[in-house]
Amino acid sequence: MHPLPVLPDGRLEQRFSESKPAYSQAEAVTEANRCLYCVDAPCIKACPTGIDIPTFIHKISTGNTTGAARTIFKDNVLGASCARVCPVETLCAGACVYNAWEREPIAIGRLQRFATEATLEQRPLSSLLPAKKPATGKKVAIIGAGPASIAAAGLLALEGHQAVLFERKEIPGGLNTLGIAPYKQSGNAALAEIQAVFGLGDIQLMTGVEVVAGQGGDGKVSAESLLKDFDAVFLGLGLGADSKLGVTGEQGAGVWGAVELIERIKADPTLTLAGVKRALVIGGGNTAIDVAHELKLLGIDEVAMVYRRGASAMSGYAHELASARKHGVRLIEHRAVSEFQRDAAGKVVGAKFSRTENGKPVEGGEETLSCELVALAIGQATATQVATAFTGVALDKHGNVVVDPTTHRTGNAKVWSGGDCVNGGKEVVNAVQEAKIAVRDMLRALRSEVTHG
Amino acid sequence: MADLSIDFCGIKSPNPFWLASAPPTNSGPQIMRAFDAGWGGAVWKTLGDPITNVTSRFWSHDYGNTRMMGLNNIELITDRPLEVNLKEMYEVKKRYPKNVVIASLMVESKANWKEIIKRAEDTGCDGLELNFGCPHGMCERGMGSAVGQEPKVLEEITRWAMEYARTPVIIKLTPNTGDINEPGEAAARGGAPALSLINTVKSLLGVDLDRMVPNPRVGNKSTNGGYCGPAVKPIALHMMSQLAKNPATRHMAISGIGGISNWRDAAEFISLGATSVQVCTAVMHYGYRIVEDMIEGLSDFLDSKNMKSVNELRGQALGAYAEWGELDLNYNLKARINPETCIGCNLCQTACMDGAHQCIFIPGHTKAEYEKAGHTHIPDSIPAVPVKAAGAIGRHLPVVDDHECVGCNLCHLVCPVPGTITMTEVPGTIGHAETWNDRVAQGRDINPGSMQSTLEKRGLVGK
Ligand SMILES: Cc1cc2nc3c(=O)[nH]c(=O)nc-3n(C[C@H](O)[C@H](O)[C@H](O)COP(=O)(O)OP(=O)(O)OC[C@H]3O[C@@H](n4cnc5c(N)ncnc54)[C@H](O)[C@@H]3O)c2cc1C
Ligand SMILES: Cc1cc2nc3c(=O)[nH]c(=O)nc-3n(C[C@H](O)[C@H](O)[C@H](O)COP(=O)(O)O)c2cc1C
Ligand code: SF4
Ligand code: SF4
Ligand code: SF4
Repeated sequence: MHPLPVLPDGRLEQRFSESKPAYSQAEAVTEANRCLYCVDAPCIKACPTGIDIPTFIHKISTGNTTGAARTIFKDNVLGASCARVCPVETLCAGACVYNAWEREPIAIGRLQRFATEATLEQRPLSSLLPAKKPATGKKVAIIGAGPASIAAAGLLALEGHQAVLFERKEIPGGLNTLGIAPYKQSGNAALAEIQAVFGLGDIQLMTGVEVVAGQGGDGKVSAESLLKDFDAVFLGLGLGADSKLGVTGEQGAGVWGAVELIERIKADPTLTLAGVKRALVIGGGNTAIDVAHELKLLGIDEVAMVYRRGASAMSGYAHELASARKHGVRLIEHRAVSEFQRDAAGKVVGAKFSRTENGKPVEGGEETLSCELVALAIGQATATQVATAFTGVALDKHGNVVVDPTTHRTGNAKVWSGGDCVNGGKEVVNAVQEAKIAVRDMLRALRSEVTHG
Repeated sequence: MADLSIDFCGIKSPNPFWLASAPPTNSGPQIMRAFDAGWGGAVWKTLGDPITNVTSRFWSHDYGNTRMMGLNNIELITDRPLEVNLKEMYEVKKRYPKNVVIASLMVESKANWKEIIKRAEDTGCDGLELNFGCPHGMCERGMGSAVGQEPKVLEEITRWAMEYARTPVIIKLTPNTGDINEPGEAAARGGAPALSLINTVKSLLGVDLDRMVPNPRVGNKSTNGGYCGPAVKPIALHMMSQLAKNPATRHMAISGIGGISNWRDAAEFISLGATSVQVCTAVMHYGYRIVEDMIEGLSDFLDSKNMKSVNELRGQALGAYAEWGELDLNYNLKARINPETCIGCNLCQTACMDGAHQCIFIPGHTKAEYEKAGHTHIPDSIPAVPVKAAGAIGRHLPVVDDHECVGCNLCHLVCPVPGTITMTEVPGTIGHAETWNDRVAQGRDINPGSMQSTLEKRGLVGK
């Protein structure tokens, strides 16, 4: 098996401590005993992968931690990542019956983390899932190595199929490795999970290989050749580059795309934030909150988010905003940036803002804020153009890959897709669920197919 | 994966988990759902002449936030016609030939025992359980625990059953007796190959203080009932292991019952001699679904102990269940507090102060203050180490004075953070192993300060 990279030391990510540290067994059992073990439980329905939460928590309470992990992995092979990164406040825990009683909901994420981590320390993931089926000789090409693709690869491998992942970056895992806030999950934890999934069967990873619409060769593989050489294809392309505002002064050092900056914080030991005292984050989504929170925790004196509407209109989660604010992030509402200012040497020194009404700039009330760093978190472009090179695959008007939601099959009968490139950008857990749906249908198709190709 | 299948005096069961005779085994459809969930066997709700039940029937003993730590009921045996039960029993056995179905029976006369045993066995059931345990309603009619409390009667009915039965006979015992060995030995004399215990403990659950009527209330009256659930597990473990050790009964297969809620409880019963276990209250609380964890947890546990089958676990802890006189008086423990996990609640301190040996200190006081608080021995140094837990500002780790600590476990038991107080083995004061029985054998079974030693000292009796 391809040895996975380990992220080098000296990265800024390593300076963070965990916002929800791992439970000890005693803490986990105590919390598990609080769970009511509901029937037809709302928390299960709120989990996109439908993990049987009451059952796994009950198992923790009886000391059957291994069984708890089995229950989790049965429905979610990336149950360890999800335990750490899921916004449980808006998913399972948000639906917990205790909320209706105005009492603290069960810490489902932390219990799931305990069960999965404590068990994986003792035994391999493969021992917690049904035994791998004999090799079928069928091969599936998987484009991208984000969570959607890793989940698909694991599930296919268990069924005896060969999964070959093509990832354009050197580091696999997509945003789960390179985008998650460090206080939730480290890049190395995400990589360790990938390693565990790779133990499930015949999975090959090709890093530094981009799948392209045109000709292959030199780190490139053509879509057409994959269709020819593989029995099926899964597209887990994720989203593309950070979007730009298109204002003066945006180009050049000091103005970062938020996702790009987070990737550097997590993976690049050469990144330093020396000299940055004030940072501005443009945007109101979760990426904006994350990057602002991370910059603040890295010790930058003043970090402000600038959003063109009011807090209530933000797409970012209220609980994440509250937590960032608690650590000192400021929120500036109803402002739109009109220009970034640079000194003679080209260094960013500030930004100019106009007041907004209904999110649109209006005359009057212009102001300037000084800063040494800017992170743009106004969305990501799509990376789905390559999908259309698989004949029959269509994109919707947002650029997302079009699939049948019940099967996640695209317009090409040999091509399935899931994750951010289909849903436009949700969570890791959605990527896993979409991969599950796709694999279920793919298995049916691969079974009925008589000959290779 | 360890083999969970058992052979219970000839009855083969896919696993040791059976449902006890009670509401969860009231009907065929229920039992079939239970088998689908994974239960290995079921003891049918006791058959006999159908009775009339009252409303209400149950009351619960809650403790703190724990609901139904104990459950009390005043329900009687089945209220369904015998034909209906037998027809369903036949149906269940036909559709689930691999699962165990036991007919629980309770009737009065010899002729009725003969009749009901034949009819029950005609359904194809795997065995019979004679209910000599019900402590309410039926005993006043000369059945249930009225039999279980009369070894002679129990022995006689057992003989009748052994005469008529073609399938194994299990005698279900009541705990409402002075010495469980008596009914157990009577069952053995009657020739029964198996025992099950315990049935419910005679109880009065509580009082509705506004109405001045005990609970559960039937109009403006109540009655004593049968107590079961987690609270009775220690009673059941004791009685069962008595019989598992008793030379007159230890050849019998035992089905352990009483407060079993999870795989761990089951493993404990099996380690003390049970071949199968039966569950009632935990299923009444959480449903048949709990068996998934029981099967998985027991299987993983056996694997972790390198045991190939559940039979290897049976009786493993029995040898260590000794008489008091056989315990080592030299064995010594001291309480140790883990500074990493203590949250500074001082519950250990108050428990030790008022309920043990006044040897846990809250740092930061003067000798005079400690004396006033009731400490009798004050160590030279009581270090003030801050509690590490976040938010525990100004609190200090309690300090155990080894000089006075008798290693009783109390602080370890009251500490809310599991694993924080550990009991650590230290060298004993005698210097070698010695039991009370040793002392008796050597004529040294008199402690300083005893009545005998005082009389001897004063020359009032000879040594
Ligand atoms: C800053 C940030 C924070 C987030 N925090 C959370 C969180 O806390 N919790 C949570 O659940 N979710 C979070 N998310 C969302 C989550 O990371 C994504 O929903 C999830 O990673 C989507 O998985 P995916 O597999 O669809 O795509 P991605 O993770 O984006 O992976 C796609 C992969 O495909 C590769 N690829 C794309 N095109 C090609 C090609 N042509 N050839 C080869 N390789 C290609 C990419 O390089 C990438 O590695 C966050 C996202 C961001 C941006
Ligand atoms: C409501 C109720 C009804 C019961 N009925 C019977 C019965 O008909 N026959 C019988 O042998 N035991 C009966 N029992 C006793 C149970 O079978 C069992 O011995 C007892 O509840 C202890 O087990 P537990 O602690 O798991 O509940 C009954 C118990 C309850 C709670
Ligand atoms: S809703 Fe809450 S209490 Fe109920 S099972 Fe789910 S986590 Fe437990
Ligand atoms: S548990 Fe069912 S039968 Fe009993 S009182 Fe409630 S609703 Fe009625
Ligand atoms: S009871 Fe436990 S947690 Fe509380 S003070 Fe004592 S050792 Fe600490």
